[in-house]
Amino acid sequence: MAKNEVKVSANVADTVRPKIAGAKEHPGWHALRTIVGRITTPLLPDDYLQLANPLWSARELRGRVLEVRRETVDSATLVIKPGWGFSFDYQPGQYIGIGLLVDGRWRWRSYSLTCPAVRGSRTITITVKAMPEGFLSTHLVGGVKPGTIVRLAAPQGNFVMPDPAPASVLFITGGSGITPVMSMLRTLARRDQITDIVHLHSAPTESELMFASELAELQRGHDTYQLRVRLTRQQGRLDLSRIGDEVSDWRDRQTWACGPEGMLNAAEATWTAAGIADRLHLERFAASRKATHGQGGTVEFARSGKTVTVDAATSLMEAGESAGVTMPFGCRMGICQSCVVGLLDGHVRDLRTGTEHEPGSRVQTCISAASGDCVLDA
Amino acid sequence: MAITDVPEFAHLTDADIESLAVELDAIRQDIEDSLGDRDARYIRRTIAAQRTLEVAGRLMLAASKKRSAWWAGAVTLGVAKIIENMEIGHNVMHGQWDWMNDPEIHSSTWEWDMSGASKHWRFTHNFMHHKYTNILGMDDDVGYGLLRVTRDQKWKPHNLFNLVWNTMLATFFEWGVALQHLELGKIFKGRDNRDATLVRLREFSTKAGQQVFKDYVAYPALTSLSPAASFSSTAKANAVANIIRNIWSNAVIFCGHFPDGAEKFTKTDMVGETKGQWYLRQMLGSANFENGPVLRFMSGNLCHQIEHHLYPDLPSNRLYEASLRVREVCDKYDLPYTTGNFLLQYAKAWRTIAKLSLPDKYLRDTADDAPETRSERMFDVLEPEQRRGLKSAIAAVRQRRRDKRAAKLRARADRAA
Repeated sequence: MAKNEVKVSANVADTVRPKIAGAKEHPGWHALRTIVGRITTPLLPDDYLQLANPLWSARELRGRVLEVRRETVDSATLVIKPGWGFSFDYQPGQYIGIGLLVDGRWRWRSYSLTCPAVRGSRTITITVKAMPEGFLSTHLVGGVKPGTIVRLAAPQGNFVMPDPAPASVLFITGGSGITPVMSMLRTLARRDQITDIVHLHSAPTESELMFASELAELQRGHDTYQLRVRLTRQQGRLDLSRIGDEVSDWRDRQTWACGPEGMLNAAEATWTAAGIADRLHLERFAASRKATHGQGGTVEFARSGKTVTVDAATSLMEAGESAGVTMPFGCRMGICQSCVVGLLDGHVRDLRTGTEHEPGSRVQTCISAASGDCVLDA
Repeated sequence: MAITDVPEFAHLTDADIESLAVELDAIRQDIEDSLGDRDARYIRRTIAAQRTLEVAGRLMLAASKKRSAWWAGAVTLGVAKIIENMEIGHNVMHGQWDWMNDPEIHSSTWEWDMSGASKHWRFTHNFMHHKYTNILGMDDDVGYGLLRVTRDQKWKPHNLFNLVWNTMLATFFEWGVALQHLELGKIFKGRDNRDATLVRLREFSTKAGQQVFKDYVAYPALTSLSPAASFSSTAKANAVANIIRNIWSNAVIFCGHFPDGAEKFTKTDMVGETKGQWYLRQMLGSANFENGPVLRFMSGNLCHQIEHHLYPDLPSNRLYEASLRVREVCDKYDLPYTTGNFLLQYAKAWRTIAKLSLPDKYLRDTADDAPETRSERMFDVLEPEQRRGLKSAIAAVRQRRRDKRAAKLRARADRAA
């Protein structure tokens, strides 16, 4: 009999314990939760309370959409009231992850906060532009009703305005790239720190100009805020290699730029050539990268810091093992869920069905392969 | 002695098995493609209903002194635990709801309301039991190292108490599940890996400790603050609720692989096994029971054990529709589809366990053709032209047996006359 040919071993992934949002910020509440948790174990008290009000849970950050405000034809601002555990100590310019339930599945995207960073607020806002190929952005702009519950990921990002603000500032924005800068402007206005600011903003047409009236208002109220709007359909794109023509003292200003990839690359080249790259702050929106079907790619294992390049037929588990990563494993045939890890970035493909999984999901590494470059939480 | 060659037993060629796999894959694909809002709503509502039921049970126990309220509370709590363990916990841990990408209803995060740790369950059940289903010496669920459930297992003196062990296992089922991965037998024989054992022991005691503290210390202490309840009345009610859950879940699970017709296999079956052969082994090794909406829900849809074994990660609420199509496939390939009335199937499991407490010399059937196990050798008696599909072949063997017995009786009657 084949008794000795069968060696059974496994390395079953630990059950992921819930992350409690805001546990550190509210130690008293957290202590209470821990005590009550003794009688609700294996659940948290939150798991029962959220049946009464979905916001009464700190197991996952979540929020309720209070209002959806049209900004332009294809963009809208979502006013969101976050639930338990959200801390409002974000900095102007940061972005937030938002998960939306579509056809029974939670889908995740990141958007810049557009609200001012002030203490004591109870709501946050994001402003979303519907992208032609952006399934989720279109849904956010057109299909979300007030009252919808969304998932949130804590604010993050280094594209931020310090407090106090520098004496002279240059903003270069294009299209929806204005969103993080809007949070900065609103924060500065609240703090009364609108110093010497030049803002070069580009949009295709007048009707696609987000926040037009608010920006005009800001300009009327503050002499030191100079807004120059460029309508690119009529006037053509801003030539950043000749930025000196627009803003003569650009070298002396702290600059924040956000917009299309080409614009940011041009800015980077100009500032680097001038030897003042440290004065330029860039925010690149992760362009909604499309999955590259059946191509394989470079797999990065975030926890162990290893990378390996594999083809489209190699499972992520084999990829990890070949790179010497201690991967969780079990049946190796896609039925036992012992090997599930988080997909932090990029796409992977289910080798059995061809289904593509997006970042923010958790995947079975034994039956998934890289679909383009990806990052795994392993 | 159990099946050693699945294709031969099944009377199917390699090509047949391959096309069987294609048909079964198509059923999976159709269901996966149609998953959406309706299914997500189903599991969320089930979870909400279960939590509400649990709170209701706990409140009944705290709010009234009446004996009827105590029973109502204990039973309600028992039902809540059944739903949590079966329709929710077991299925969520199988990854049936992972497609929703909801971190709160996900195989990698779910911890269930019973003394066993989810992590251990994913090993013993999701991996060992579902991959090596009914393979003697691989799938621990064939008797749990305690019972003799097939005559393929050698009789040992302690099997005399098969019925006693089974009663105990049913009553304390959650502890059987919790301790399964610790492999106590190996520990006592000193054949375990000490480091791994210590880790598992720690994981087990953390989980079990929290459960025992909740049910037998924290809740009783809390409800004793109510004038209508006492510490001991609540502790007893919790114990009763746990036992209700234990007996029920044990019964449902025993109906899955122990009734007559659920085949057993040997290790040779899985060497170089194709997808189709794996499917086939799952179908032959599992048994369903007839159901309506209530039984479906309360059994965590394990009344569709066959479909669950074919598609362990398809959402439970879809197994019913899958079962209609799987049954058609079985008919097409002349394969048996084992099912029956719930109580009858459960009784058959007990009957086998009772019979097998005796040594082999008291048993009539051989391990090649017995109710609980068969092998390809059972068909040796058939003429080649009688060998059609598996189901017909089994029927032919049975008919032959009946004819033989009738002939014997006739001969005896003739002699007497």
